[in-house]
Formats: sequence, C-alpha cells, structure tokens
Amino acid sequence: MRSLIAEDYVTPEGEFVINMGPQHPSTHGVLHLKLWLNGETVNKVEPHLGYIHRSIEKMSENLSYRNFIFATSRMDYLAAHINNEACALTVEKGLGIEAPPRAKYVRTIISELTRLSSHQLWWGCTGLDLGAVTPFFYAFREREAIMEIMEETCGARLTQNYMVPGGLMVDIHPNFQKRVKEVLTLIKKNFNEYDEILTGNVIFENRTKEVGYLSKEDAISYGVTGPTARASGVSCDIRKWFPYSAYDQVQFNEILDTGGDCYARYMVRMHEMRESVSIIEQLIDNIPEGDYQTKTKAVLKLPKGEFYQRVETPRGELGVYIVSDGAASPYRIKYRSPGFSNLSALPVMAKGGKIGDLVAIMATIDLVIPDIDR
Amino acid sequence: MNIPLLYSLSGLARTIHIWLAGLISNEMLLLTTEMVIMGISLIAFLVLLCFFLGYMERRVAAFMEIRLGPNRVGPKGTLQIVADTVKLLLKEGLTPDLSDKFLFNLAPLIVVITSMLVIAPIAFAKDFQLWDINIGVLYVSSVSSIAVIGILMAGWASNNKYSLLGAMRSGAQIVSYELSVGLSLISIVILSGSLSLSDIVYSQSNGWWIFKGHIPIIISFVIFVVASTAEINRAPFDMAEADQELTGGFNTEYAGMKFAMFLLSEYINLFVVSAIAATIFLGGWMPFHIGGWESFNHIMDYIPSFFWFMGKTFFIIFIIMWFRWTFPRLRVDQLLSLEWKYLLPISMVNTILITVMAIMGWHF
Repeated sequence: MRSLIAEDYVTPEGEFVINMGPQHPSTHGVLHLKLWLNGETVNKVEPHLGYIHRSIEKMSENLSYRNFIFATSRMDYLAAHINNEACALTVEKGLGIEAPPRAKYVRTIISELTRLSSHQLWWGCTGLDLGAVTPFFYAFREREAIMEIMEETCGARLTQNYMVPGGLMVDIHPNFQKRVKEVLTLIKKNFNEYDEILTGNVIFENRTKEVGYLSKEDAISYGVTGPTARASGVSCDIRKWFPYSAYDQVQFNEILDTGGDCYARYMVRMHEMRESVSIIEQLIDNIPEGDYQTKTKAVLKLPKGEFYQRVETPRGELGVYIVSDGAASPYRIKYRSPGFSNLSALPVMAKGGKIGDLVAIMATIDLVIPDIDR
Repeated sequence: MNIPLLYSLSGLARTIHIWLAGLISNEMLLLTTEMVIMGISLIAFLVLLCFFLGYMERRVAAFMEIRLGPNRVGPKGTLQIVADTVKLLLKEGLTPDLSDKFLFNLAPLIVVITSMLVIAPIAFAKDFQLWDINIGVLYVSSVSSIAVIGILMAGWASNNKYSLLGAMRSGAQIVSYELSVGLSLISIVILSGSLSLSDIVYSQSNGWWIFKGHIPIIISFVIFVVASTAEINRAPFDMAEADQELTGGFNTEYAGMKFAMFLLSEYINLFVVSAIAATIFLGGWMPFHIGGWESFNHIMDYIPSFFWFMGKTFFIIFIIMWFRWTFPRLRVDQLLSLEWKYLLPISMVNTILITVMAIMGWHF
C-alpha cells in the first residue's frame, strides 16, 4: 500500500490543497484550478491550462486563407459564427474588399442570434452551477429553436461555418426571416420565465450579490472585456467603439453596470439578450437584395503586412492578428481570445470567498475552455 | 370518537396473528415468527416505497423541467427504476485503494439502518404501528441524528478531499438543524401533552394541530419542513453532496450497491420526515373533518386511514421535491446563518408563545 504524503493535503501554513478539475462539473471543460483552502475559504487560486491545447494558431500557418477560418469554429464553440466573422473581416481587410450589404446584414443577424444562444446556454449553466437544475432546460428550449435556424442556414448546429472572406458561403434559406421572427416572439415571451425562476429568487440574490467583486481598475489592468468588464463599469463594447458589419446602422445600448459583482455580470448579460433581440428586429425586415458574396480569386493572397480586426463575441473582445509575407497562407497568426484575459482576473475575484462563490464567479465570467486554450 | 372503517390494516394484522397463533403454540416461537414476518414486510415495503419515490422524483422533475421523464421501460416508465436497481446490483462494489476499508464499507450500512429504525414508531393507519413507544418523538429525533456519524464516516474513510469537505459540511448542517427540528416537535408535544406518536394522533381527532394551533403552529410547521429538508441533505440544502462544488461530496467514491444504500436512505429519510410532519401537524391517519358538516365528515371516514396517512405524507414529499427542482443551492455560511440567526431564534420565541397558549388554553 502506498503511503500518504502529508504535503499533498496540507501546506506547512495549514492550508488544504485541492485540485479542482481538469474533470470537474463546474469548470465547464478541462480547466484545472489549484485551490489553497482555509476551511471553506479560498486563500489562493491558480488556473492551470494546457489540457485542450490544439495549437490552432500554428496549424493555421499551413492552411490557406480560405481554410484557416474553419479551425476557429473549434475555439469558442458557442460563438462559432462570430469567430469566423472575425477571421473573414481580417482577410477582407487585407484584400481590400468589402462584403456586399446583404452579407453584412445577414452576418449581423447571425452574430446576434449566436450571442442569444450563447447567453442562453450561459444562463442555464449559471443556474446549474448554483444548484438549480430547472433553468437549464428552460434555456435549452429557446436555444434549440435558434439551433434549428442555424442548421437550416448552414447545415451545422455547433461548429458552424458560414462566414467566408467576401461574404457568406451560401445565401440564406427562404424560410430564414419567418423563422427568426418566430424565434424572437418565443424568446420575448419567455424572458419573464427566466426572471421568475432565477433572477428574483432570494437564494440566487444571496449567492451572487457582493460576491466576486472586480473593480474597474482591476478589470482594465487584467484586460478583461465583454460583459464581465461592462459589469465593472468599463465601456468596451466593440460593436459601439469600432462598428463592423451592419452595427453602424442599428440603434442599441451598451449595457453598463457598476456593481462589479456576480449579480451585475448576470444582469448585464440578461439585458444584453434583450438588446440582441432589438438589434435583430431592426435588421430582419430590411435585409437588402443583391449578392451574398463579393467575387474573389480562387487562391487568396494577402499583401505583405500586418492586419488586425476585433469583434465582440458573447464573452468579450476577440482579436485576430495576421502577419502576411505575401504567400497563400498566413506567416503568423495570433488570436486575442476574451476568455483567457477574463480568466486571469479569476484569482483576484475568488480570493477570500467560499468554494461556492468560486463556482458562482466561474459561471458568471462565462468560461469556454477551448477559447482560453486554443 | 368512533371512526368506522371498512377495511383496516389493524384488522389484517389481527387476522394474521390469530391464524399464526392457531398454527404455533409456543409463545416465544410465535413472537419470533411474527417479528421476522414484520421485518421482511417492512423492508419490502421500504424498497417498494423507494422505487416509487425514485419514479415520482423523476416525473416531478420532468414536470417542472418541461420534459417527459422516464417513459420507455415498462408502462409509463415505471420499471425504469427497477432497471436502474439491477444495474446498481451488477456493478462492482469498488473500495478505493487508500481508503479505510472497514469504515468505508460500514458507513452506508449505518446510514441506511438508522433511517430504517426511525420508521418503527410511525403510525401508518388506525391502530397500526410497529412499536407504540411512549417516547416516540424523542426516539425519532435521537435515532435520526445517528445518521450524521455514518456520513462523517463515509467522508473520512473515502480518503478523498471533496468527500471530507462534504462530510464536514454535512456534520455542521445536521447538528445545527436538529435544534430547529427538535423545537418544532416540542411545540406539538407541549400542546398534546404526550411524547407518544399515537397519542399525538388521537389528540387531533377533533381537528388537526395545524388548524387548532393558530399562527404559531403554522410557523413551527414551516420551520419543521425547512429544517428537516436541511437535515436530510436535500436541495436547496444539499451542501454535503453539492455536485457542482464538491462533485458529489461524501458519496463521491461510492459505487454500486454501496451508493444505492445512500440513495435508499435518502428516500427513506424523505419519507420519514414527511410522515412525521403529517403525523404531528396534519393529523396522521385522521380523516379531514369540518365541524358541523356531518354527511361530509361521514364520507371522509369511509376513506381508509392508511390512504389518509399516505396522502398527507406524499403531499409534503411533493413540496420537498418542489423545493429541490426550483431553488438554487445556498452557500455553506448562508446555510448556517439561516439556522442560527433566523430559524432558531424564531422557533425559540415560538415555543414560548405556544407554551403560553397551552397554559392559557387558547387553542381549540
């Protein structure tokens, strides 16, 4: 029989050491957190990465400008369309072309549908992480309707590939507008149920209010973006600051909150879902007729230089940085993924909280591990 | 009060006794035979009950979660739970390498045996009780608290950090919530003047305590349901398991029938606390009567007392399941502050109020 090593359990300072993950229900994937506990209180958190590293960036150096986009659907799999859009926009920037207006509108609608479905999954998982199982099924009811639209549009439900350099891969399905409107009606009707089952619950408020506080200064210095940063009062919505696709043609509010706690992050996302619905409503009836794709050469070659494009994914700012040496595939590629920076603020937020708080914080940062570790 | 019964379990028990007495003349042997029959039928009843509760929980959960629940194995999915039991029976009863093997295997037995023991003084129907002990309430509250030893043992012996944390949480939780459960029970003991569960049921023949006892008894009923939900480690108080935090807590390392023992005891405990709540607050097997409505009361009397008891129990079981599938989980410090800062002071004041009520005779 092997003997027990005391240091595996307790540090000389009397802290209880626990490895949370890489297989753990609430790390949402293969994230490994090393915890130093004092009873139930978290003294220190150390995220360990590398369990799902597929070197997508290195792989892309050997793929053509048309092909490398498809690998990005496997990064943030809840926002595959938005990842693809970011890459397509970067390549378009390099080629000096623009997508036709029809493609721009459809891209925006699809992006917002993606944001809705991603936030719905997040909402369900947040409930699940806090111990309420039922919200998960409510969230999946609407998400399923959106997935069916995605399936009809591009043939895939999870790792979708629809945005290509120059526009869209194929034109939208004739049913597209009708079905999107149906889904919006369903979602608007069911928002009240979301609030009834989770938002107004006293246990939920106790679990999230004044938990996992992230100050505005910390949010900026850790490079936190997206709803997580906006809940701390940092205005960082790329759709507002650097509009792309058709975002300059719609009216919407950037949701800001100053709470900085889990509840603020929760409320920002809840309001963002309503904003997404409003954005889609403004665009869905006005999709211009015309081409869905600009004509491009069979083999794309970017001119020598560096190109950068950022987009707003449901988790924050996704940046695509391409260095080209004039060949048919990128010389170097780098993704600035939102999840990685957001995760780096986790030790600050979780310090001094309980284990339950750590779970609530991870849920409200909305971690997607393949996005953190590419 | 004369309650006519068309068919009663006590009559059945008497018939069996007379039949056996005709067969066996030896007094000692007769008693032993009867106890063996009783034990076997009790275990069979509990296993069937747990099958039903497992099925009910899945259907209730599915009903709340806009899905169907089990509906493939057997009619309406009723045999799904049997299939699951067969699966658990066939699984290897794994004992982790570095665990304390003796305690690890003992813990599930302690947990399941204590929850079965608590069944003894419960009156299932009119004059149908395994053991009419004169300190029934005291017996129930003391025996049920032994279960925490089993849970602590399971957490410690598993040699798993999460199990240990879960067990420690569970220890703190059960010991705290025992107090509120005890004080709520005492409120009825004060009013009825007896610790015997059958006496408490008979004291409600002219009205259930929840109707007779005004607002203080309603408060202690609510506290009893909340605190006993916490005591049996069910959501939203399932700190000890807390899948999302502790990956299953004290039963992380258990598999096969050893795990099924914990599951069995969870359902038996659920039944026991609901049965106790039904017995002391909702009149046990007493039918529902409205003063003055003679014909209505007469019709109510025709429903067998066993069904009255089970109906009330399952009503409370449904409420506890409803909690589980709609509430998020509390945090461990909030759980303890709920007990020590709110429930316990309220039940203390409530007990004083009820004592005054009993002295002044302010109840019906």
